[in-house]
Amino acid sequence: MDTLNETPSQTAGPYVHIGLAPGAAGFQIFDEELGHDIAGPNAKGERIRIEGCVYDGTGAPIKDVLIEVWQANADGHYAHPEDGRKVEDGFRGWGRVIADFSTGEWQFDTIKPGTTPGRNHTRQAPHINLWIVARGINIGLNTRLYFSDETKANAEDPVLSLIEQAHRRNTLIAKRHENKEGVTYRFDIHIQGPEETVFLDI
Amino acid sequence: MTHKKGPPAEFYQRDRLRQPPALTPDYKTSVTRSPQYALLSLENSLSEITGPLFSHNDLGPQDNDLLKNYCHSGDPIGERIIVHGRVLDENGRAVPNTLVEIWQANAGGRYRHRNDTYLAPIDPNFGGCGRTLTDEEGYYFFRTVKPGAYPWRNWTDSWRPAHIHFSVFGSGFAQRLITQLYFEGDPLIARCPIAQTIPDPDAVEQLIARLDVRSSVPFDMLAYRFDIVLRGRRSTLFENRLEGN
Ligand SMILES: [Fe+3]
Repeated sequence: MDTLNETPSQTAGPYVHIGLAPGAAGFQIFDEELGHDIAGPNAKGERIRIEGCVYDGTGAPIKDVLIEVWQANADGHYAHPEDGRKVEDGFRGWGRVIADFSTGEWQFDTIKPGTTPGRNHTRQAPHINLWIVARGINIGLNTRLYFSDETKANAEDPVLSLIEQAHRRNTLIAKRHENKEGVTYRFDIHIQGPEETVFLDI
Repeated sequence: MTHKKGPPAEFYQRDRLRQPPALTPDYKTSVTRSPQYALLSLENSLSEITGPLFSHNDLGPQDNDLLKNYCHSGDPIGERIIVHGRVLDENGRAVPNTLVEIWQANAGGRYRHRNDTYLAPIDPNFGGCGRTLTDEEGYYFFRTVKPGAYPWRNWTDSWRPAHIHFSVFGSGFAQRLITQLYFEGDPLIARCPIAQTIPDPDAVEQLIARLDVRSSVPFDMLAYRFDIVLRGRRSTLFENRLEGN
């Protein structure tokens, strides 16, 4: 069998929107842009909004960031043959999120995922997998978003437990807020600095 | 959905020695956008070996034809080219039905983007983006124009070599990749702080598309060949089997 080497990564650059979200770049070209609807209309589970901002090492918002999300449904099933378990019609579990060019704030709507299988017969606490690209980021950064109302599951989560400095686990936990409009979680990401988010080499 | 044969297979660890590090001071923007703490290395679970899948329902018929997908008053200006190749994994296996998306500047080096203010003109007939699915053999192709080089704010004399941005998915989220294609023979590659974020010259070579005369269309278009390699999967089973499968 041939052995090849993975193609090296290059930054997505400041104009990533042209390819992945042309509407945001300022023009209409495709019938349908991908990644707007993560859960679809039939998904069970709690409807939630996630909002946040990505900050650079000086504390400034990164306004050209693009984030992709990958998550299981409320039963903890991924829409993929290698999971093999059923998901609702129209549930994709994948989305593409871009920051506002003037503020750097972003948000997306989805459903809260369930627990998923981990290695060694563990259960992983509900989480959303994130992949972050922008100008100045040479290779996409992976991280996970966990939920502040899942204290017990988070305490047993095999990935959070791998983080040696226990206080840094908090960088992966989105904070829940409830109001008349519904449930929102706040998740700020710090690329660098004392509050640096834990990034994963998956 | 149907179950593929065999148990879930995790990916080979990414070879970080062939990838650009986060901090590359000659590419100035990386200085404040690079994590300083070490990444946490993770053995794969279902969260990493699964990933989004796409189908032809997601795409339009002209999405891979940048010569036609944004025509308003005629054809785009520039050197007409074919860019094609295969998406493979590190085991040399085809990666079929995977989404490949590209974006690029026009022949003058100008992007169709609200934030690009370079003085080269916008081409009214060129959008600069395309997308396609690989076929069963992992093959893809685009028709486009050769992008122009453009200046950018790094040093005052920094120019990007002609390049096309590529985004590729693979079958698992851990394979997700964004990169750039460069063109054979371009003297700006060696001078580009972004291309040179990759420390291994051999790995930089992997980003250079080769002139492919035999795939060219006589009296119409030159072709460039660009194969993309995504992380491969281990052939051994998970040592510690995933629960729930
Ligand atoms: Fe570019």
